[in-house]
Amino acid sequence: MKTALRFIAQALLYLPFMVLIGYFSTSPAYRHLGADQALIRLSFSHAAQRIGECRQRTPEELAKLPPNMRAPLVCPRERAPVAIELEIDGKLVYQAAASPSGFTRDGAATVYQRLPIAAGRHRFTARLNDRVAPGFHYERDVTLDLEPGRVLVIDFNASQGGFLFK
Amino acid sequence: MTAMPQTVPAYGAIQAAGVGALRPIERAFDAVFQAAANPWRHLGALSFFFFWIATASGIYLYIFFDTSVEGAYRSVEELTDGQWYAGGVMRSLHRYASDALVVSVVLHLVKELLAGRFAGFRWFSWVSGVPLLWLLLASGIVGYWLVWDELAQFIALATAEWFDALPLFSEPLARNFLAPGSVDDRLFTLLMFLHIGLPLALLAGMFIHVQRVNYGDVAPGRVLGWGTFLALLALSLARPATSMDPANLALVTQAVALDWFYLAFYPLFYEWSPNAVWALAAAATAALLALPLAARRARPPVAHVDLANCNGCGRCFADCPYAAVVMRPRQLSFVQMGDNAFAPQISPLPSPGEGSGVRAERNQVSLRGSVGGRPGQQHAVVIPGLCASCGICTGACPSSTPFRSSQRLVTGIDMPQQPIDTVRQELERELLSIAEERYPLGSHPSSPHPRPLSQKGRGEAIVPLLPPGEGSGMREGERRVMVFGCGHGAAAAACKSRDVATFSLLCIGMLPPAFIEYALRNGADGVLIAACREGDCEYRLGERWLGERLAGAREPHLRPSVPRERVRLVYAGCGEESVLRRELASLHAALARLPRNQRRRSSRDKFSVSAGMTKRNVQA
Repeated sequence: MKTALRFIAQALLYLPFMVLIGYFSTSPAYRHLGADQALIRLSFSHAAQRIGECRQRTPEELAKLPPNMRAPLVCPRERAPVAIELEIDGKLVYQAAASPSGFTRDGAATVYQRLPIAAGRHRFTARLNDRVAPGFHYERDVTLDLEPGRVLVIDFNASQGGFLFK
Repeated sequence: MTAMPQTVPAYGAIQAAGVGALRPIERAFDAVFQAAANPWRHLGALSFFFFWIATASGIYLYIFFDTSVEGAYRSVEELTDGQWYAGGVMRSLHRYASDALVVSVVLHLVKELLAGRFAGFRWFSWVSGVPLLWLLLASGIVGYWLVWDELAQFIALATAEWFDALPLFSEPLARNFLAPGSVDDRLFTLLMFLHIGLPLALLAGMFIHVQRVNYGDVAPGRVLGWGTFLALLALSLARPATSMDPANLALVTQAVALDWFYLAFYPLFYEWSPNAVWALAAAATAALLALPLAARRARPPVAHVDLANCNGCGRCFADCPYAAVVMRPRQLSFVQMGDNAFAPQISPLPSPGEGSGVRAERNQVSLRGSVGGRPGQQHAVVIPGLCASCGICTGACPSSTPFRSSQRLVTGIDMPQQPIDTVRQELERELLSIAEERYPLGSHPSSPHPRPLSQKGRGEAIVPLLPPGEGSGMREGERRVMVFGCGHGAAAAACKSRDVATFSLLCIGMLPPAFIEYALRNGADGVLIAACREGDCEYRLGERWLGERLAGAREPHLRPSVPRERVRLVYAGCGEESVLRRELASLHAALARLPRNQRRRSSRDKFSVSAGMTKRNVQA
């Protein structure tokens, strides 16, 4: 009898354990975005222009080099930082200058930015400069309807004409 | 409980509050589950158990899982709905056992932290446990990716964004999850590889984690095992694990059903920032790793081996809770004492912290060579860095018997801070103190020239036992009781009175059973042994070994000739002196119904008496 009571008491004490595991394995739900919000993911990976022009080596310079390294054309490896701006409904919401990757700064510059936004109709203006010279060399202006929960990806691909809104 | 580290002042208050809150819960569970099935006392074993449940259920799920973008979600759904009685239950068990694993690991960590069990000889177990937290979380998080539902999508992007905060990748990981079509089947092959590899690494880490403990508690008892398994099974049936909608990278789910055991820190990515979470994680990991250093304190002397008294029986090796004693082939070194004389150099007493073994004394001539003992003969060697200074090895040593006739009692393995000879002397003093209540020195009617105990022979009764009323001054029904206590359990000294002598040891496992017989033969009518609560020994196994020794299930036994009705073992933890007093009163009552203790002699006893008397009387 005493053993039976003990087992019943044990079963009762297992209940809080089961409730704890069962509840917190899925609850409470975490709301990381409002019910009326959409999400913009601004992201690209772009190799900007090099910071200088290529030039011919002089005969004296070539003579100083080992024979197997006497390339007549020398180009600087370093690339320019990529400047990016994003305006939504005329308001600047993101601005950055992404540095080229790599020890010699000759790799692609990358950007990833997560921007929650209220669902609805918005005008987006994205600008990008991938050169040393000032100003923006790429710009695109679109107006889109965003439903709640929609993900808008703003990518950049120079070979495809610049900004892509997906 | 281990002394609080002095270097962390706030820790003391936290520790006291935590232990104060935890101890009543543990003891309440003892009443219902008994120590062997009390989950609070077997959190490490439960962690292993949950790991194995998750592994077994995971193997079943793996058989049916499709490692592809299209197939991952579908195969999990088929398992959940198509075979709810098997696959669905297995999936739920997999999830809930994994969650329970986090709970048991965190409670295990907190409990050890509050008990101060992270420094000194325990540093390795503590430090090796810290990376397991990372492996555990990583194993679980990768598992959630595999389902490839909305939760998996959230975790994938959040994890990628978290790692992108580190300057490790030339291109953001999150770009791999930008739009539908950017995820391919190879990702799931990689994830499955991680979901198998990480738990395997976790298992290897768990194996390392328990390397420095002997008889590690890595499997719960039958009652506890079945209890927790049935609880998880019931939960799996009552609330089966399900998926959210399938992942769709074109959409974002505003609210996700997080598993808070594994993903509790994910909201911080968005409430704070990924870098802040990295800083928090790095700081917490560094703090956990640095705790043993912060709490560093002077270590007590470790056990030392006396080769002259070590017969290589291996009981200390078998009983050491922390694998600090190893057995090595015996070698007796010889030092040159003269032109042709060589003397065996045995039994050096190393200084505290120094290892034991055979070595030449500094003031003697050089070591000329060493020879082995008998083939196969071994001796114990203490590894100082592993020694907990608990004295359990001393209690296991067959040489730790107070009946030995030598003037100075030296045992095979001893504790410098409480040598067995001191234990015998203090025990005798205590026995004399209750005896002196009846027979002040020089007044005993049966002895015309009574001598102090120190001048008596071994095996000779400290107090000749007389019936009440025959000049003893003892009231009818009163009985003398010797209480052996543990330095970490209920304070034996709280029971001290005119007819109760008390004596406390480093750990109750240090008590050689022969001392119980010795007390009974030398004036005590009964012996009460106060051990810590079962499963609550500061050194893990002290109370268990003692219980087994008294029950005759472990060497050295309490001899069968010792009257068991006069010996009582009580489990009373720190602060439970009232339990001790209650048991003492019960023992008193039981002893009062028994005749006065009659000293019994055996052939061994006679030998020890004669030998001891001769030697000691000569010196006296």
